Amino acid sequence: MTQTSANRTTASPVASAKGNTGLIKLLLKGRAFFALIAIIVVFSFLSPNYLTISNLLIMSSHVAIYGILAIGMLVVILSGGIDLSVGSILALCGVVAGALMQGMELKPLGVILFPPVWAVIVLTCSLGALVGMLNGILIAWFRVPAFVTTLGVMYMARGIALLMTNGLTYNNLAGRPELGNTGFDWLGFNRLFGVPISVVVLAVLAVLTGLMLSRSAFGRWLYASGGNENAAELSGVPVKRVKITVYTLSGILSAIAGLVLSSQLTSAGPTAGTTYELTAIAAVVIGGAALTGGRGTVRGTMLGAFVIGFLSDGLVIIGVSSYWQTVFTGAVIVLAVLMNTIQYGARGVR
Amino acid sequence: MSDAAISRRADEVVLAARNIAKSYNGVKALKGVNFDVHRGQVTTLFGENGAGKSTLMKILSGVVRPTSGEVILDGQPIVFSSSTDARNHGISIIHQELSLAPNLSVRDNIFMGREINGAAGVNYAEEERQVRELLAELQEDIDPLTPVEELRLGQQQIVEIARALSIDSRILIMDEPTSALSATEVEVLFKVIRDLTAKGVSIVYISHHLEEALQITDHAVVLRDGNMTAYAPRADIDLEWIVRNMVGENYDLGSPPTGHDFGSVLLSVRGLSVPDPAGGGYNVVDRMSLDVRAGEIVCIYGLMGAGRTELLETIAGKLSASSGEIALEGREISHLAIGERIASGLALVPEDRQRYGLVQTMSVGQNLSLASIMEFTRGVFTSLRLERALIQKSITDVTVKTDGPDVPIGSLSGGNQQKVVIGKMLATQPKVLLLDEPSRGIDIGAKAEVFRILAAHAAAGQAIVYTTSEVNECLSIAHRIIIMRRGRISAEFTSDVTKEKIMAASGEAVAA
Repeated sequence: MTQTSANRTTASPVASAKGNTGLIKLLLKGRAFFALIAIIVVFSFLSPNYLTISNLLIMSSHVAIYGILAIGMLVVILSGGIDLSVGSILALCGVVAGALMQGMELKPLGVILFPPVWAVIVLTCSLGALVGMLNGILIAWFRVPAFVTTLGVMYMARGIALLMTNGLTYNNLAGRPELGNTGFDWLGFNRLFGVPISVVVLAVLAVLTGLMLSRSAFGRWLYASGGNENAAELSGVPVKRVKITVYTLSGILSAIAGLVLSSQLTSAGPTAGTTYELTAIAAVVIGGAALTGGRGTVRGTMLGAFVIGFLSDGLVIIGVSSYWQTVFTGAVIVLAVLMNTIQYGARGVR
Repeated sequence: MSDAAISRRADEVVLAARNIAKSYNGVKALKGVNFDVHRGQVTTLFGENGAGKSTLMKILSGVVRPTSGEVILDGQPIVFSSSTDARNHGISIIHQELSLAPNLSVRDNIFMGREINGAAGVNYAEEERQVRELLAELQEDIDPLTPVEELRLGQQQIVEIARALSIDSRILIMDEPTSALSATEVEVLFKVIRDLTAKGVSIVYISHHLEEALQITDHAVVLRDGNMTAYAPRADIDLEWIVRNMVGENYDLGSPPTGHDFGSVLLSVRGLSVPDPAGGGYNVVDRMSLDVRAGEIVCIYGLMGAGRTELLETIAGKLSASSGEIALEGREISHLAIGERIASGLALVPEDRQRYGLVQTMSVGQNLSLASIMEFTRGVFTSLRLERALIQKSITDVTVKTDGPDVPIGSLSGGNQQKVVIGKMLATQPKVLLLDEPSRGIDIGAKAEVFRILAAHAAAGQAIVYTTSEVNECLSIAHRIIIMRRGRISAEFTSDVTKEKIMAASGEAVAA
């Protein structure tokens, strides 16, 4: 959509130059996709084990955690905001899920409840929604800047997670058959037609979010609010409601990521997901979204998440030190932002 | 050439514009302007909004470059690469919105960006001494260490002037310097201007306040639609001359649509008061009442700050009123959110289309359909087919010239962007359409089209309210013309009123 118009407005009338800029624009537009292809090709040469179905599936299940967080981050960034609290919400929700699996003691009644796994999942997601909504309300109604609000909530959620466990980790999440609460490891270990459940969850969430963004009224409201909040408001878009909703969604997705991660690790620790918010932001940015809001797609964000995941796993496989992984990831992020600036700056949007 | 001989003459031309023309995206803002700025004299630019005054100022101060024509400084053609370059040549501009850092002191503001450095960092003592000297010269008793935010607006203006003088400005451009000043502050400013001209500084002055400007000016330049319509020394002119040249002959912007009867009262505003949104502590709209009937076109005319924008924004739900009632078809709507007001048939086309009208990240089509998303939502999903149909209908309705609905909104010309904003609100099928300066920043052809569209919709039974700051546009399609001044209706006319009466009622051509 933007491709043809960009040519029309900026390309010179010289025919030869047009062909060139067209190719450059195509490369620029599909940069996350080409980067992913390049990563897969390079590591396939470096290691025979890289390009195998089983390895791709394992790497994908690693990507799932970041990917789920990145979907939430995308909707927040589309609204023109940022959510630094996703990593902490992930940990808090993981810990709460762990605690529920150990049994919920109701002191006044003198009973210990062992909720079934589906109830644990519902309760945990509700908690994530609640924390996300708190973010949204502070940002939309009280006009606290998103960066500060979510930074504060990031600390609070992490602190509460540490308080709940006294810094320790719940190691037994298997549940007991006689209590009827087994099956928590299903999320992390089971496969559907050979595909890890976490990857299936990621795919389902990505498709749902993609549909929401491209086909629902809410999606349109979201793009409009992020593109120009004032114009959206005067066009009747309930901008505040949109903001609260995106932070709530981000909270729910963080909770889901927390459940998947604890299930994969079969343990729930209060320090899980530290700095994951930064990885999620990186995935969104690499996927071509603008941090100023209003531009970005789920497809791009997914590519961004896979670029980060496949790059760092590839470096592990060929035995590069983890310190170098950090350097490479950083370089990719800077490169991505540079490309975004070129793409959006060149169009001369006023 | 006897340059030396000329330079001793008092009315030496220091700065001249020769055939200056400027186009933005094909819209001609200036179409060949010639005038001279004389040494030690005040030259005032007169013109309505959109006449090209601010563009001309930007060219003279090096902010933008002319499309064609020359700026001549001291007899030599010159091209300024930036406003800093112009300042280095002695040309400074004082903007309507002051460009001071409110948290810094007077001294730090005056030396901002060109601090005097000594052996031990910034030499504050020397800076302070120079500032004291400057302020004494301007006969203004301001302590150089006072933070600027603690000064009155008039004093802040003096600080701006001091800053301009501290870099040896020979030519000072002042854009509406009195708009925020009290009468006594204006007196002080005029005294400063006289002192400056006596020292040989040339002033280029812009004001909407015609009589006030006539007190101080030595030369008058009148602009209209990017053309210079008149240029004369003070002795040869009077107020009528300025008004005549500013407004000009009526170009055809249509006439009030006839042949339909007005229906019932659709919009009714009673005793509406709106406090200053900037927290000024006064009412920008002061106990206003207004009725608009179906099929009627009402024009609201007023100067900047008369409260037109705030009135419309309050009716539309963006600002909240402190008292008063707003009723749509007899139903009170004050408690409704903007979206609910749009749904019940009240839509606003805002003044600043870049900031409030358009979502720049979206396409032409998405902008057009933004206010009517629910119209083409079926269940959970939007219907692409219904949206296409709605967009096509809008594009035809408001005659947007576009390469299709999917091009970015920024690729359209100003006039077509404005039509998109209007089309977006018309697509909601409003009963009452409010338009805040719908003709701002678009060329005359697009203006005529916009008014034609509005007239057609009024004939179809919609109520139209639009504001303008150009007299010609009052006398086009409006059945009724309301003059606002300081938040109140100061006069109400039918479409057969004269331009002079309108300007008199707005306070433009009368002594304050």
